[in-house]
Amino acid sequence: MRYSETQLERYSRHIILQEVGLEGQEKISDARVLIIGAGGLGAPAALYLAAAGVGTIGIVDNDRVDISNLQRQIAHFTEDVGREKVVSASAKMRAINPDITVQPLEMLLCADNIRGVIRDYDFVIDGTDNFPTKFLVNDACVMENIPFSHGGILRFDGQTMTVLPGRSACYRCIFRQPPPPDAVPTCSQAGVLGAIAGMLGTIQAAEALKHILGIGQLLTDSLLTFNAAAMNFRKIPLQRQADCPVCGSNPTITELVDYAQAACAMKH
Amino acid sequence: MDQPIEITTTKNLRGVSCPMNLVYTKVALAALKSGQVLEIILDNGAPINNVPGSVLKENHEILEKKQLPDGAWSVLVRKA
Repeated sequence: MRYSETQLERYSRHIILQEVGLEGQEKISDARVLIIGAGGLGAPAALYLAAAGVGTIGIVDNDRVDISNLQRQIAHFTEDVGREKVVSASAKMRAINPDITVQPLEMLLCADNIRGVIRDYDFVIDGTDNFPTKFLVNDACVMENIPFSHGGILRFDGQTMTVLPGRSACYRCIFRQPPPPDAVPTCSQAGVLGAIAGMLGTIQAAEALKHILGIGQLLTDSLLTFNAAAMNFRKIPLQRQADCPVCGSNPTITELVDYAQAACAMKH
Repeated sequence: MDQPIEITTTKNLRGVSCPMNLVYTKVALAALKSGQVLEIILDNGAPINNVPGSVLKENHEILEKKQLPDGAWSVLVRKA
């Protein structure tokens, strides 16, 4: 018996679920999830996955907490302003659940390091806030064959899809390349309703848990979009594209490139 | 004549409320092989009203339910 009585109580609401049980909770304890970005999406995902008892959680970010983050990035508290986001988020994850191993990775992911980082994990949550990194995460996960959850939010809108590389549509099957810089405003330019970060990040956490448990139907081959102003949810069916430049039959992208090379280069 | 039921493990869950009594039942069942029998002792009231139903939903078989002199219930579960 690997769990103490306290741990059985901690995970009791999982264990009593028919679809989870003791075996399922053990799968969660053995799982390794990487969260890219400790911001609006990554923070709620990190807290819920820590609470669920995901045995090893890596969390990557190279930013520090700014007071403007606190309106939605719920792992960071007022006293954390100025602290590294991964340090702040890790402390909250360990406070929720001391059973788990948290790996804070304070770094900027780019073409030359991302594959080595994600390779150690069973599932990746994309909680990034920019298109170049979203494409980088997609391409790297496809190349390393690691399932991941894509997510994005802006204003009142959110979108998410789960990708099983080689088996379901990838982000690049749907969106061929990043939009031109400044074509889409960022959250800092356009604003975002704080609570939708939680709506989307927790969907991503649920997808990670479903994947770990092997239950239900993952959000694959579909893009879930919602508009919180009208509270409309829509699931758009998708298909893998044979001519996808990264997961298609004759991929033209076989090596990673940094769309935001300047930003990445600055850190080295 | 009925064959006597061979009980592999008995779990006394007197004083254990819902849902931890179900958690301990599931933990005890996980340690058994298919076909083996677990006896659980459940308090009267919510425990006896809830736990057997949850056990049935997971496809295990309830072989017997009988109330004991102290009011608690003995329930025999055959693992699916």
